[in-house]
Amino acid sequence: MVADMGLFGKSKVQKLGDSLTERLKGNLDGAAMTQAELDALDPSLFALAEYDAAAAERSGYSNYSYWKSTCRVFWKNRAARFLLFLLAALLIFTFIQPYLPNQKDDITIYYDQSTDLPLKNKLPGEEPGFFLGTNSIGQDLWARIWSGTRTSLFIGFVVALSQCIIGVGIGVLWGYVRKVDKFFTELYNIINNVPRTIILILISYILRPSLSTIIIAMCFVGWVPMSLLIRNQIVIIRDRDYNLASRCLGSSSLRIMVKNLLPYLVSIIMLQMALAVPAAITDEVFLTYIGLGLPLDMPSLGTLIIAGRAIITSAKLQYQLLFPCLSLSLVTVCFYVIGNAFADAADPKNHVN
Amino acid sequence: MAKYIIKRLGSAVISLFIITACIFLLLRLMPIEGYLGAGYEKMSPEVVQNQLRSLGLLDPVWVQLKNFYVNLFHGNLGISWIYRPNVPITDILAAKIPISISMGAAAMALALVVGLPLGVVMSRFKGGLPDKLGTSFIVLLNAVPVVVFYLIIQLYGSKIFGVPMLFSKTDWRTWILPTVCLSIGSIANYAMWMRRYMVDELNSDYVRLAMAKGVSRRNIMYHHVFRNAFVPMIQLLPASLLMTIMGSIYVESLFSVPGMGGLLVDVIKRQDNTMVQALVLIFATMGILGLLLGDLLMALADPRIKLTRGEDGR
Repeated sequence: MVADMGLFGKSKVQKLGDSLTERLKGNLDGAAMTQAELDALDPSLFALAEYDAAAAERSGYSNYSYWKSTCRVFWKNRAARFLLFLLAALLIFTFIQPYLPNQKDDITIYYDQSTDLPLKNKLPGEEPGFFLGTNSIGQDLWARIWSGTRTSLFIGFVVALSQCIIGVGIGVLWGYVRKVDKFFTELYNIINNVPRTIILILISYILRPSLSTIIIAMCFVGWVPMSLLIRNQIVIIRDRDYNLASRCLGSSSLRIMVKNLLPYLVSIIMLQMALAVPAAITDEVFLTYIGLGLPLDMPSLGTLIIAGRAIITSAKLQYQLLFPCLSLSLVTVCFYVIGNAFADAADPKNHVN
Repeated sequence: MAKYIIKRLGSAVISLFIITACIFLLLRLMPIEGYLGAGYEKMSPEVVQNQLRSLGLLDPVWVQLKNFYVNLFHGNLGISWIYRPNVPITDILAAKIPISISMGAAAMALALVVGLPLGVVMSRFKGGLPDKLGTSFIVLLNAVPVVVFYLIIQLYGSKIFGVPMLFSKTDWRTWILPTVCLSIGSIANYAMWMRRYMVDELNSDYVRLAMAKGVSRRNIMYHHVFRNAFVPMIQLLPASLLMTIMGSIYVESLFSVPGMGGLLVDVIKRQDNTMVQALVLIFATMGILGLLLGDLLMALADPRIKLTRGEDGR
């Protein structure tokens, strides 16, 4: 207080006090009600309340539903909502595109009717009917991109699904059955020490490059982080009281795992699946690039990008690289943003407004 | 602490032994063309058998494995058959390793020099334009496959800066683009975590006290917050190292840098088994050692840090 006085001086403090008093007085005057307003109030507000037994017994209740709240929070995220629509449209279009009218085939080489030469390297719009032009041997780039996206999405979904099944299966066993905990932990330590890219390269090198091979290779490396995540969650909820009670009542381990534990993990599993799809698509591009992926005549985003990369030095033909890259980026961004928005929405902490 | 270090070292050694055995045994399942070199189709079966015997490939598997380990301990990785016939692999690698290492080191240094200040600036202007730009850069880098960025950098970087697209040893300008490509993932990672740690520190009580005392904002930022936020950044080093090593496979072959990553892609395409074996072995060893180093650094830097690591960059 002494320091304050020194800093501001007596007159200033006095002034401040005066102005505060003035302000308070003004507030009180404004708050007072006129007689007319007082008359308008409902007299029942001032009557004694009857004793109501039912009202006294009423307990608090909120109609909270986990999934409804999750959807509501997710829906509020505008970017995620937009990308969800975009992804849905993309998925639908990818799968119906070959059945639409006026579509070219993705692996047919097209020839010029008058000269009988293949329609090589036509720029977008240069040749009627070829919306995105043609590639270096005369195939329709538009059809190839959609077909490639289809292949890549197929790989992504199959890998995500199988990773999820293997990862959840092993994760639940690892977390719930104590006997196998040590074994799986040691196994995890060994596998996790080796970078997954190396395992991916090794497995794909030994098997013959094909669609099924790269799916197998990706599944082999993909379940490890997934099962660790599931295991950690299971360990947390394994010994909660309701599981203890369930065990005392004689439920089998299988029933506890499937009925008591798994429903808790649905949101985690869904997030992991949403992120596994773009990861698999990225891995496909990588494997194809180092020569262990799909054969180059089979359209996928990886093979298209590599075909475009081969002619990167010609400035005119860069569209053959840019369009597949654009498609790849679009698909992966959609999954990434939607997955993360869903993870946020699935967290009950975000359900409170 | 000592117990943990010994345990961690043991696990790394076990992993190393198992992965070398796996690499060796799995590659024995490959077709034998990779061991015979050019002109395999013209050889008579007797010649093929003789050659295989002289290579020791007809011995029992465990004898082969033992020889393989003995050779490894003598620093002998075998002989290339297709890539450069009859040249010891160590000789081929000796010319490539320095380039890979110097490029990787340059990329990691660049990532630190750019990533940390980016994170600091983002936390300084939290919610402002630099923060938004930086965050969208990071999200984009995490979401879009990194190869797209490599291709864009190669395509437009060379056009904008007038730099040749492909690497050449004599022209220093050609180092720039591959190094930037290699560092870009680590830059995003560093910036993201630096921002997070800085924001955490800025919200802590001692910063509020320093502000109340009237310490200048600049002083608080650089003498208190930055120093405290810097310590946990150590745990990102191994992830960055791994990202650089694995990224080099892509980048070196995209820019035709004569390093080990480009070599790996090359020998995979030519199916040179012994070369693939040696290179995969080297990459796996580097990965294992990098993770070991990271875990040990973390244990030394802060004994309280729970000894787990993220999945970034793997």
